[in-house]
Amino acid sequence: MIDNKFKIANKIFKSRLIVGTGKYKSFSECAKAIKTSGADIVTVAVRRVNISNKNKARLMDFIDPKKITYLPNTAGCFTAEDAIRTLRLAREIGGWKLVKLEVLGDKRNLFPEMIETLRSTELLTKEGFKVMVYCNDDPLMAKRLENAGAVAIMPLAAPIGSGLGIQNKVNIKIIRKQTKLPLIIDAGIGQASDATIAMELGCDGVLINTAIAKAKNPFQMAEAMKLAVISGRKSFLSGRINPNLFGSASTTNKGII
Amino acid sequence: MNIKNKIKITVNGKQMQIIPKFSLKSLITKLNMPINKIAIELNKKIIDKKRISKIQLKKGDKIEIVHFIGGG
Repeated sequence: MIDNKFKIANKIFKSRLIVGTGKYKSFSECAKAIKTSGADIVTVAVRRVNISNKNKARLMDFIDPKKITYLPNTAGCFTAEDAIRTLRLAREIGGWKLVKLEVLGDKRNLFPEMIETLRSTELLTKEGFKVMVYCNDDPLMAKRLENAGAVAIMPLAAPIGSGLGIQNKVNIKIIRKQTKLPLIIDAGIGQASDATIAMELGCDGVLINTAIAKAKNPFQMAEAMKLAVISGRKSFLSGRINPNLFGSASTTNKGII
Repeated sequence: MNIKNKIKITVNGKQMQIIPKFSLKSLITKLNMPINKIAIELNKKIIDKKRISKIQLKKGDKIEIVHFIGGG
């Protein structure tokens, strides 16, 4: 099967791996890991500038938004109003319209508050934003988000930063079957094989932050994730064999002595 | 300038004192903020960065200046 281009809101991206820029020891470590990952989209957050330390390093000085697509997020928002305020500010910084919506409902497990998420998706879409939506792995909600104008469905694999891997493969497969929108696993990836499994389930991409940033060797893990996503995609497109309960010899018995 | 003539404003949650007729642009310059890397809210309304020289700050104004940081 020939691979389709990875397209979000009519823009083509080279890498199916999206990476987060949080939790790194420094901006230079973050920039190097991103380069190694091959990602051409990175998530970023909107926060107050530090007015007491004017010379503090800034993310934009290390990661050039002209060379890589910034995907502003709404991390830390618990209501539609908070999320909209944050993304309007992100748009004002430099015209960003492609955004990652993340409206949380619980501080401990960081699960998405889906009612507010759906409401935010509708409102932001009406304002002209292209909304990629962090959501639960619920096929019914995924459908509602699609109807509300989402440009990508981004279900969690497991809680944010947990590294537990994909907990509900069945739901991810169902969502894959029902939507033609880009389907991107967002949150919960722990190791390279998790990313491969996501791609083998037919996802269009994977978004990873903690698993790379907090790995003992983030650069090596960034490369592992890059290869895992490529590998999983190729595996998915290649058409796997049917699983069989019994063995099937690879060597013919013909000519046996 | 007599301190009594100064007016109090809040910038990113911190109180600051400025002289009367101080513009938003002067504040951004004073704080050494790169204009192309920030967004500004004045009393919860987003400000068009092209207009900041025309905006004079008033007593009690609440200003938020934000930028991008690392996030997932």
